[in-house]
Amino acid sequence: MSSPVLIKKGAEANLYLADWHGRKVVLKKRLPKKYRQSTLDRQIRTYRTIHEPQLMHEAKKAGVPTPIIFLIDRKNATIIMEYIEGKQIKQLLSEVPEKERQQLCFRIGKLVGKLHRFGVIHGDLTTSNMILSPDGKIFLVDFGLGDKTEELEARGVDLHLMKRALQSTHFRFATECFNSVTNGYAEVLGAETSKSVLDKIKEIEKRGRYVAERKEKE
Amino acid sequence: MKTRKANKHYCLGIESTADDFSIGISTFHGKILANIIDAYMPEKGGIHPREAARHHAEVGSQVLEKALTKSGIKSRDLAVIAFSQGPGLGPCLRTGATVARALASYLDVPLVGINHCIAHVEIGKLVTGVKNPVTLYVSGGNTMVAAFDSGRYRVFGETLDIALGNCLDVFAREASLTQRPGMPFGAVIERLALKGKELISLPFTVKGMDLSLSGLLTAAVTILKKGECKLEDLCYSLQETAFSMVAEVTERALAHTGKKEVLLTGGVAANKRLQSMIRAIAEEHEAEFDVVPTEFAIDNGAMVAWTGVLAYTHGMVTPVEKSFVKLRWRLEEVEVPWMK
Repeated sequence: MSSPVLIKKGAEANLYLADWHGRKVVLKKRLPKKYRQSTLDRQIRTYRTIHEPQLMHEAKKAGVPTPIIFLIDRKNATIIMEYIEGKQIKQLLSEVPEKERQQLCFRIGKLVGKLHRFGVIHGDLTTSNMILSPDGKIFLVDFGLGDKTEELEARGVDLHLMKRALQSTHFRFATECFNSVTNGYAEVLGAETSKSVLDKIKEIEKRGRYVAERKEKE
Repeated sequence: MKTRKANKHYCLGIESTADDFSIGISTFHGKILANIIDAYMPEKGGIHPREAARHHAEVGSQVLEKALTKSGIKSRDLAVIAFSQGPGLGPCLRTGATVARALASYLDVPLVGINHCIAHVEIGKLVTGVKNPVTLYVSGGNTMVAAFDSGRYRVFGETLDIALGNCLDVFAREASLTQRPGMPFGAVIERLALKGKELISLPFTVKGMDLSLSGLLTAAVTILKKGECKLEDLCYSLQETAFSMVAEVTERALAHTGKKEVLLTGGVAANKRLQSMIRAIAEEHEAEFDVVPTEFAIDNGAMVAWTGVLAYTHGMVTPVEKSFVKLRWRLEEVEVPWMK
């Protein structure tokens, strides 16, 4: 293997670009965190290393593009997976015209809908975890915080995070983007299920700290 | 008369969002002349908002007197009165706001309502000298990671349910531990945790940028009640697990924003283990780490006074008719023109 190049230093894992048997791959390494107690550190890293590929596999079954997994190295808490060429949605959203932006968000909403319909919770739906490939597919990556459940609560939290991510990173058009996301979501899950998830989001927000609306409705 | 007006460059800040009633006085240059804190400590159980508010009303005038004496200035030298307008407990906030309105109208000076969370960040910056940090603010009522971006402070992660300090306090009460002035529950748990050796597995719940502590608390209390584990081990495991969660969301915000400073504040910031974790993260990302000294990390009037200076000198005032308290006022809602 050629020497891997660090492409992203995240809070949870580091990503390296490498050549592996003639393929361009991403190495996702969950390095020990010095700040964490060693037993807890090992538990978290091992769990996520095994769990993430499982969820990516489930996502594929649900019809959502995710990178191909080549190898899982449990001992070193490393996953070797396909490198997806393309652009992060995070970057694209601030570059493209409004119409295209809405279309992208609509498609993202559909993908999330497909995941949820299949019982997969992504757990970290931010626009930096979505990549538009040159052939026009949107790939979802980074399932490390995901879960396998059909619970309404989990679905609500998942989509609520997406909303919050849009607000903190794309605050200028967060509302417009999130509306497109929910439209796409509703197209897959149907108006009724989608409404119950959106109601759940409202409930989660009210549960949240210092939400003005909660006080007004009390 | 003219000389007196020229000397008017002091701000008095009133803090009363929860269990502390405090008054601080700051010069317009950020010199803190007084910071008197009077804490309400219930004999049993948590903070009862009405009881706390009664405490604030009782101690209000003497705290004011002490603050003025300590600062060495006269009340007529004050240019502006600042108060914590929210977020916080309704009855407590209202008591502080009432004192603020009374003072402002008596002295005929403007009033400025301050967001409590922003005040924590601003005083932290003032006393540690950091300029543009990722702030981890952990207290009995708040647990959030905030950083400045495009005109406002934005939340890059927060608790979805209870605050970190609240989690520790409730556990301590369930374990029948006792606190006293100078030795709050958090410190009692910290001390016990030092003697803990074995890590008991507890739920670790990070949901993207946010975290959840209620499941962790429930699990810890359930194990406690079974009586099969040593309390020291349980305190140790509770701290390790909860702190690792806030550490992860802090690191995430740091990686995301690329900022070069990390500020730790709030009551829980006094915990040495938490400090060491956040310091390690800062080092990992080649960022400067600072922890706010306890006097300015807990709820205090000085932070309100100083943020009042920043707001007032940037043209912000709060007319009395708009000085109603805001129990759930998020810091993202506030413009911060003093940051560039």
